[in-house]
Amino acid sequence: MLLAVLLPFIIAIIIPFLSKWKDKIHPGYFVTIIPALIFIYFARFLGSNFEPVMREYSWIPSLDINMVFYLDGLSLLFVLLISGIGALVAFYSIFYLHKSEQLGHFYVYFLLFMGSMLGVVLSDNVFVLYSFWEFTSLSSFLLIGFWNYKKESRYGALKSMLITVFGGLSLLGALVFMTVLTNTTSIQEMISQQQLILNSEYFPLILALLLLGAFTKSAQFPFHIWLPDAMEAPTPVSAYLHSATMVKAGIYLVARYSPMLSSSDWFFIIVSSVGIITLCWGSYMAVRQTDLKGILAFSTISQLGMIMSMLGFGTKVAVFAAVFHILNHATFKGSLFMVAGIVDHEAGTRDIRKLGGLMTYLPITATLALFGTFSMAGVPLPFLNGFYSKELFFDASLHLDEIANVGVVGFIKMLLPYLAVFGSIFTFVYSVYFFFGTFRGKSHLEELPKKPHEAPIGMLISPIILILGVILIGLFPKWINEPFIAHAASAVKGLEVQKEIYFWHGFLYPPLIMSITVLVFGTVLYLSRKQWAPVYRIIPGVLSMNKFYDGLVDRLETYSSTVTKGYMNGSLGRYVRLVLAAILIVTFAFMAITGGFTVDTSNLADVSLPEIFVAITMVIAAVGTILTNNRITAILILGVVGYGLSMLFVLYRAPDLALTQLIIETVTVALFLLVFYHLPKLRKKEEAASTRMLNLIISVGFGAMMTMIAISAHSSKWFESISSYFIDNTYKLGGGDNMVNVILVDFRGLDTLFEIVVLGIAAMAIYGLIRLPGKKEEK
Amino acid sequence: MEFIMAILAGILFTTGIYNLLQKQLLRIIIGTGLISHGAHLFILTMGELKTGKPPILTEGVENYTDPLPQALILTSIVISFGVTSLLLVLAYRASQVNGTDNMEQLRGNDYE
Repeated sequence: MLLAVLLPFIIAIIIPFLSKWKDKIHPGYFVTIIPALIFIYFARFLGSNFEPVMREYSWIPSLDINMVFYLDGLSLLFVLLISGIGALVAFYSIFYLHKSEQLGHFYVYFLLFMGSMLGVVLSDNVFVLYSFWEFTSLSSFLLIGFWNYKKESRYGALKSMLITVFGGLSLLGALVFMTVLTNTTSIQEMISQQQLILNSEYFPLILALLLLGAFTKSAQFPFHIWLPDAMEAPTPVSAYLHSATMVKAGIYLVARYSPMLSSSDWFFIIVSSVGIITLCWGSYMAVRQTDLKGILAFSTISQLGMIMSMLGFGTKVAVFAAVFHILNHATFKGSLFMVAGIVDHEAGTRDIRKLGGLMTYLPITATLALFGTFSMAGVPLPFLNGFYSKELFFDASLHLDEIANVGVVGFIKMLLPYLAVFGSIFTFVYSVYFFFGTFRGKSHLEELPKKPHEAPIGMLISPIILILGVILIGLFPKWINEPFIAHAASAVKGLEVQKEIYFWHGFLYPPLIMSITVLVFGTVLYLSRKQWAPVYRIIPGVLSMNKFYDGLVDRLETYSSTVTKGYMNGSLGRYVRLVLAAILIVTFAFMAITGGFTVDTSNLADVSLPEIFVAITMVIAAVGTILTNNRITAILILGVVGYGLSMLFVLYRAPDLALTQLIIETVTVALFLLVFYHLPKLRKKEEAASTRMLNLIISVGFGAMMTMIAISAHSSKWFESISSYFIDNTYKLGGGDNMVNVILVDFRGLDTLFEIVVLGIAAMAIYGLIRLPGKKEEK
Repeated sequence: MEFIMAILAGILFTTGIYNLLQKQLLRIIIGTGLISHGAHLFILTMGELKTGKPPILTEGVENYTDPLPQALILTSIVISFGVTSLLLVLAYRASQVNGTDNMEQLRGNDYE
């Protein structure tokens, strides 16, 4: 199973080498095989006697982060969707993307995305899940921005990334909370210890953070705004990411945690109301769109809202319908995206106002679209899978028996069936609009950039397979129910869910009446849409989340650039001052808070005259370097400080130091004298008095700080000195008498080795700098 | 005595930093030299001064000065020599190529 998840990543490394031969063979053929293999591998698990499988691979055991893969019904559903649709989309992309595109990049991103999606739905370890989760955001950013020369692509990619990564971070917060509360990183164990989380005082926060992650990923209102802009991606990407996979990651997350969360009233209130609002808003907005993919984007938003609200209901029927609809939505929406891609490819535009009457030119595509749209609309016909799940949705909204009837919960419960019908009416309208607007009516061939004709057969194969799925699921729902959907639903509900899917329940079956209501009102609204279209000018009007997002991003960019420009003016002196001031403030504050400054006058060495004399000389010399304006004087008195220091080393019984310091100081002074001749003369200080004052304050402050640290370090003995080890073992282990030398070449030999390396690098740099031809010589 | 040495180290730091904040490259290099002197004294002071004989094993001597700070300082002296010489050559090249050794004028291209 580890190999199945990592296979896309491994292949992604190879793709760049393969794409060298892209003139001969399209790399898409090669890529198609990968998800197909993964699909076959996981399809073996299908069957009515399926049992969850768990595989563990050690990764970072010390942090309790391991590659734990848990395959239950829910994961199986998603894995098969990801790999199945992935194979179809990869195959479709062979005909959609021309060889002149940067195919290497595209398929690398594609495989990265697929691998991380598989990781998300299979991981049982929350931190592994989170890593894969962010990886999907990242790779979808790259996929959406694939045509990065287009401004809209870059905008859409950035927007989707900002919103989903924001959600990802809040998800991380929830995961950390839950890990700390339950002391485990496994999702299954968290669910088995759910009382610890449910009864915690942090529960509302955890719920909010978790749902924020799910809602942003699954484009729920009001975070849905990134999805329409993400339509700038190449159509295969939209078909893959925005119908079957990435946007369903949020659904997956909610479904995965619903055995734990669904017992909470707040879960019902938030998830079902956000879901139902998204359903209504998405379908309402979809009718207004003029771009085919725009319609599909809002349609996806609304369908996701529908699934989300059903997960919120949490009843057996609702969960079953939600899982069923995840599958159905992937089939019809995937094929519709591909249809939109074909229309774009063959007619040169996706603008529905220019399209029309294409049925005669693209008969096969039109047939596919007919099935896809009608399934989406939930037209009551026995060979459309969309109808089944739509009817189950109505059924679920009517039978919320497990939910209490009081307060807010009761109010929402009462509203749900009406809102469900309302949203579905608009779903019907835009579905019909999509089909009739594109394929029926008068054709305006002169407005199209290309003369339309039927797509090549390769491009049609993938949508045909998906539409066959729509029809087969519609005709024989039993085939997938027992071995597949029932397991997934049971995994979400946490207990056995068995549900028979029927087409016909009799005339007076309430959901059927709701479906027929939708049909009637939908037709009326579609026919009269020109009359009521002005309503869009009032809602959403100015109340658009997009404006909020744009304003926020704009503001952030302006502020951060103002702030950065405020202190980054290119003057190195200023940067040094800022760094030093920061060190000063932090250290002094820390000292003041912790009471770190201590003075202990016991155990001091006695004061002797020679030391005082040397010290005074050094102070005078050090101050002299500042006061003098003569280069030679400055260099020589720097030498005085150095020699003074070596005298101190002698006094403090450090013969090696004294010797080294003496040699080094001599060489340094010589070096200074060699170079200074080439440097400009020292100037009088021409700075403003305020700058000089500031420099003085910083330097005196820093000196005072170092003195205080030195005194405190001497006065407080928190730990035993480790020096006795060296004193005892110098001869025993190092075989030498001079402790300092033994420490350098033996105990800390590696240190010294690197020191030599540093000196070597410095020497090479110096040599290079001297030999480097200057500007003047070049001319 | 340690306190006096601590104050001396502090003064070395003060003068070093003050030089570092000047505009001329030569002053800045002098500043780094002073700072490294200060740092060496600082490390030495953190151990105990004059508590025993020099750290060379001798018959009959039990009490030695702490050898660890000395080893650290020895490394540091050599490294700071490398740094100083590199800085000097860098300053030489910079003033030759750019015609100035004033740091305020040596900024990235964005600010020209």
